[in-house]
Amino acid sequence: MLDFNADDIYALDARQKQAFLQPELDKLSEFHREHCDAYQRICSGWNLAAGDSAMPLAVRLFKEMSLKSISDDEVFKVLHSSGTSGQPSTIYLDKATAQLQSQILVKILQHWLGKARRPMLLIDSPATLKKSGGMSARAAGLQGLSFFGHNHTYALDENMQLDINAVSQFFAEFGQQPVLMFGFTFMVWQCFVQQLQKHNLRFNLQDAVLIHGGGWKKLQAQAVSNQDFKQAINLQLGHVRVHDYYGMVEQTGTIYFECEQGHLHCPVWSDIQIRRAHDLSVCDVGETGLIQLNSVTAQSYPGHQLLTEDLGLLLGEDDCQCGRKGKYFNVVGRVPKAEVRGCSDTFS
Amino acid sequence: MSNKHKLYQAFATGLGIELDSVKDELAYNSIPQWDSTAHMILIAEIENQFDVMLDTDDIIDLSSVQKAQSILGKYDVSFN
Repeated sequence: MLDFNADDIYALDARQKQAFLQPELDKLSEFHREHCDAYQRICSGWNLAAGDSAMPLAVRLFKEMSLKSISDDEVFKVLHSSGTSGQPSTIYLDKATAQLQSQILVKILQHWLGKARRPMLLIDSPATLKKSGGMSARAAGLQGLSFFGHNHTYALDENMQLDINAVSQFFAEFGQQPVLMFGFTFMVWQCFVQQLQKHNLRFNLQDAVLIHGGGWKKLQAQAVSNQDFKQAINLQLGHVRVHDYYGMVEQTGTIYFECEQGHLHCPVWSDIQIRRAHDLSVCDVGETGLIQLNSVTAQSYPGHQLLTEDLGLLLGEDDCQCGRKGKYFNVVGRVPKAEVRGCSDTFS
Repeated sequence: MSNKHKLYQAFATGLGIELDSVKDELAYNSIPQWDSTAHMILIAEIENQFDVMLDTDDIIDLSSVQKAQSILGKYDVSFN
């Protein structure tokens, strides 16, 4: 049973969650071993430590090979990661998986936004969605979030410049009611916040939410912290609730939302584990390591247990001050040069 | 114009297909034109036609022309 109310997606404690999630993941491991030869071959090389029923696949395998557990004619949609360096990942979805992923995404967003839609400002350019070829992660993100908006307005023009007229009109018309803004962290900063600052444009929004994701790498390089980011936004725009999220195209649907305390939370359908890079043993609470993501959304490809190239730390489980149950964590960066030697190395 | 005709017209415009090919059985993802991108355009078109604002559950549930009629029924749009 994967069906939960939006109110209940952070309601299971550690024991309840384990009882629900582990059997689902075990079912997927078995299914993918049966339907994906490459996955089966990788599994056969594993030396499992006590407590592990399967090892995570290194996420870069989805860049290097075509991994799927469905036949070619069942492929309904192909997703690509937006990685600027190197080859993008390719993820194959059948119809049921695509549907499950969008249902789960909607449930998570309903938890944070409610069911009603809001006037929506997309901090991106209309050109992003028009690019042809397989859908990029950015376009998929824009589209997924669009469900929650109406009167969609783009804040940037075709050349990625701030469209001052469009933004001013949008805030003049909707600024007093609940609005939704969405964009990629770095673009929100560089193309939106910094441009508002430069043109000395301030607005007094009453009840806005900004959702942003995509990582802090470029902002860290400019020494802009999450706190700086939020402060600058509130100064230019008024009352804005800001939520970062973490997620990847390899597990579309299960995103990790930042709560009021600034912590990322695992929804009921997914979980994380932090592992030491040198031997993949499990880290202690507060110890930085590689982030492993487990998710039920990987039904048509063996991506249900992934070792990412991101570094993070577990902050705790079931006891975040925001009241939500489950694990909560922070992402602190990426592995230098992303040279992760995962369990996939047994595959050749 | 009857509500049924207005709805069919909204589907034809929203999905960019011939009015003749719209029927109650037409379902999401059953034709290439009705994919997730077109879905939001279709929603906007339906909302304009009937001056309603659907919530996010409705958007997910709106999986066929038939289903659109029962959802719009909740907003006092009648198809009888």
